[in-house]
Order: sequence, then C-alpha cells, then structure tokens
Amino acid sequence: MNTVLGNEEFRAALFRLGDLVAARAPDPLAILGIRRRGVPLAARIRRRLESAGRRDIPVGELDINLYRDDVHDRGIPRIGETRIPFALEEHHILLVDDVLFTGRTVRAALTALSNFGRPRSVRLAVMVDRGGRELPIAADFVGLRVEAGDGDMVRVRVEEEDGEDGVVMLPRGDAAA
Amino acid sequence: MRHLLGIRGLTPEEALGILDEAPRYQDVADQPVPRVPVLVGRTVTHLFMEPSTRTQASFQLAAKRLSAEPLSFVPKSSSLTKGETFLDTARTLASMAPDIVVVRSAESGAPHVLAREIPTAQVINAGDGISEHPTQALLDAFTIRKHLGRIAGVRVTIIGDLLHSRVFRSNARLLTMLGAEVRCCGPPTLVPPGLDRLGVRSLLHLEEALEGAEAVMVLRIQHERMHASFIPTEREYYREFGLTGERLARTDNAIVLHPGPLNRGVEISSEVADGPRSVILDQVRNGVAVRMAVLAEIARSSPRSQRTDG
Repeated sequence: MNTVLGNEEFRAALFRLGDLVAARAPDPLAILGIRRRGVPLAARIRRRLESAGRRDIPVGELDINLYRDDVHDRGIPRIGETRIPFALEEHHILLVDDVLFTGRTVRAALTALSNFGRPRSVRLAVMVDRGGRELPIAADFVGLRVEAGDGDMVRVRVEEEDGEDGVVMLPRGDAAA
Repeated sequence: MRHLLGIRGLTPEEALGILDEAPRYQDVADQPVPRVPVLVGRTVTHLFMEPSTRTQASFQLAAKRLSAEPLSFVPKSSSLTKGETFLDTARTLASMAPDIVVVRSAESGAPHVLAREIPTAQVINAGDGISEHPTQALLDAFTIRKHLGRIAGVRVTIIGDLLHSRVFRSNARLLTMLGAEVRCCGPPTLVPPGLDRLGVRSLLHLEEALEGAEAVMVLRIQHERMHASFIPTEREYYREFGLTGERLARTDNAIVLHPGPLNRGVEISSEVADGPRSVILDQVRNGVAVRMAVLAEIARSSPRSQRTDG
C-alpha cells in the first residue's frame, strides 16, 4: 500500500480545490456530495468557500446506487437517502465525489439528478482524478491528478468516514482494501 | 422473500424490513420525476380476476414508479369469461415468462396455485377470497406506526364483517405478530370461530371493544360476499355497529382506518370518515410506498438478481 497523500498534504490539496471552486464556480451555487465520501468532502469545500467570502451556499447529498449501470450484475440495491434542500432549477450545481475513474458514477449521478429537476448547470469537483475514463466525462475542479494503472486501486480516506485523511494506492484485491 | 402469499409465512423481521424501507419510497413520490430505476427491464403482471380499482391502481403506480414494465390481465378483456380455467390462464401467463405476478382472486388460495404453476415467477397476493390481503395489512401497520410512533403495545379495535374479511385476517396476523393488542367486534353471524388462535379478543358489545382503543379499523360491509342474510338491514347495522362520533369518543383519541371503498352511513358516519382522526386517505398514499417496498424486496430474491459482489 502506497500513501499518495498524507494527512497534512491531503488538507492542503483540499484547500486548493476549495479555492479553485471559490474563484471559478458560478453563482448562485449549491453543492451536492455523492454518497458516501463525496458528502464529507462537500461539507469541507463549503466551509472553505465560506472563509473565502462565499456564504450561505446550500449543500445536499445524492445517492446514486439505483442508477449504476451495473445494477443488474450486482443485484437490486437498497434505496438510499437523497437530500436536496434547495430549488435545483435556481442553482448551478457543484457535484462532489472522492475519486474520478471510469466516469460511470458521474454518469449515474447526472441521471439521478435529472429525476429531481433541471439545474442551471452542473460542475464536477473530485479529490482525485486517476485517469481510466470509459465515458466522455471530465472534472472541472481536481484536487490531485494521479497516474494509476488498470490494476491499481486509488482510495480516498476522509476523517468523517475513515478516521483519517489521505489518499492511498493499492494493488487490486489487496485485503487491506 | 421469494413470494408474498400472505402474512402467514412472513417473519417479523421481513415485515419490519418492508415498513422501514417504505418511507424512502414515499420520498420518491415527491420528486419532480417520481421514478426510480429499481425494476428496469422486469415485467410486473397484474392478474386481477376480481374487480378492484384501488388496489390495482396502487400496484400499477408502484410498479411504474420503480420503472418496471407493467402488464395487465383483467377478466373482462381476457379469456376467463370465455370459459378458460384458472390453470389454463396460469399456464398461458407462464409461457410469457413474467418476473413478478400480482394476483387478485375471489378464490382463496389462488396465489399459491399460481406460485406452483409458474415456477419462474414470483407471486404477490393482492387479495384472495376471504383468506389474505397482505399488502393491505402492511400498509395499515405502516399507517398506524406513522401516526402513533409504534405498533408493539398499541390497542387496535377492528369492527365489522370479520367472517368474510381477508383484510381482517391479514391484519390480525400482522398486528399481533408485531406486538399490538387486537380486539374485534361484529355481528355474531359475522364472527368466525377460533379467533383466540389468531391472538385476537372478540367482544360482544361495540362500546366495550372501543374502550381505550388507539386505532380503530372499520371493515367494509361487503355486499358481494353476502350470499346469506347475515345482517337484517343496513340501517340496523349502522345503529348497532356503525362508527359514529359518539362511539369514537369512547376511544383513547383513536385514529380511524378503513380499507375503502366507504359505505357512508352503513359502517361509518361521514362525520368520522371526514373527521380529524381519519387517516383513510393517508392509507391510500402509504399503500403505494409500501407496495413499492414489497416489489423491491421480492425482486431482490429473484433468481435474476443473485448478488455477486463483495
């Protein structure tokens, strides 16, 4: 297991990501974290935006389990909780996820989102872009770019879920995953 | 859960699992596009061999909100009226390889026959004869829990034609299984024997049965099942067993449930049906969400969705 980013570096990268969003994301902005790790990341980006002077940005969470395109290989998932406590139509949406890999999660998130309404626009922020896209999808804001091989797994760890912040890379099938 | 043939055969854990998941499906109704892709590519066949408007509509809406392909088999337009037997219908249906069959029948036990005859399908009982109506009981339990915050220990009184009521049988089983205290009352000609085996206390006088109740479930007088003279007249029934405001006042501020459709002035007064303690329309709303949860739970144990992930 390789540590790509330790605690401190992770926080610095997340701050930079927040600053990029603060400088360039359109108004009025609302943030949606993709469950699960996108949710705490969204909350932290929001805090960074606050300290950059962009206050009162609403934040919600999106469950995309049902919208995955491999649903029928994996069995029927439990319906999760989606919380969008603002008018989608009136906002530019910043989707937040931990790792951007094939792009299928983002596609699922866009499909899910379309059932809740039509936002003015959608932007994507990810903590790590590891390459390996299978769909024409790109992130607007990236915390860290990593060159990862097909056989590697890139994991983002966040304090709220995992007890610590960091990014690790490990060979697929590693028991420590 | 391979099939839902009745409350008999359901475990408390399975029942609670459905009640716990239903609120999420209720949220779906509030989405601008009230649809989730749970049953994409699956056929849900509604085989309704007995007239039913609300249950059929409720199941159809539930299937559509889960993105299933709904298909209707109703007797007026199908071959049942042309003399085809139920078994023939079942075999015809089987050849179409349906995933889930929702069946309503005047014959008790029809869903069990169907489950045997179509080995690949999963069967949901939408009411069979006087036997069971499990999704009605689940939505009633859901409604009680939503309004009273619990089911265990709740005092429920069920009034009416207990003999011909599948709603009563399923509710008695489910509510006692989940720990409610169930009492019932009806005309002596319409009280079946062996109620104590169901764990239900039958009382002769309505006033006594209502004392301290937290939920009152009023059953419909079913004209279509009255082949003998079980009750003298509707007016007399109302006088003896109709739920009026005066009688409701004997309860512990109980909520009022009714499976519909209502016979106003027979089993219930308009004052009560439209009153502040009536949750009758909420039952209809909850029914769609509970049926969505049932359909999703059934689909999860389909041979087509064995989980392979870890």
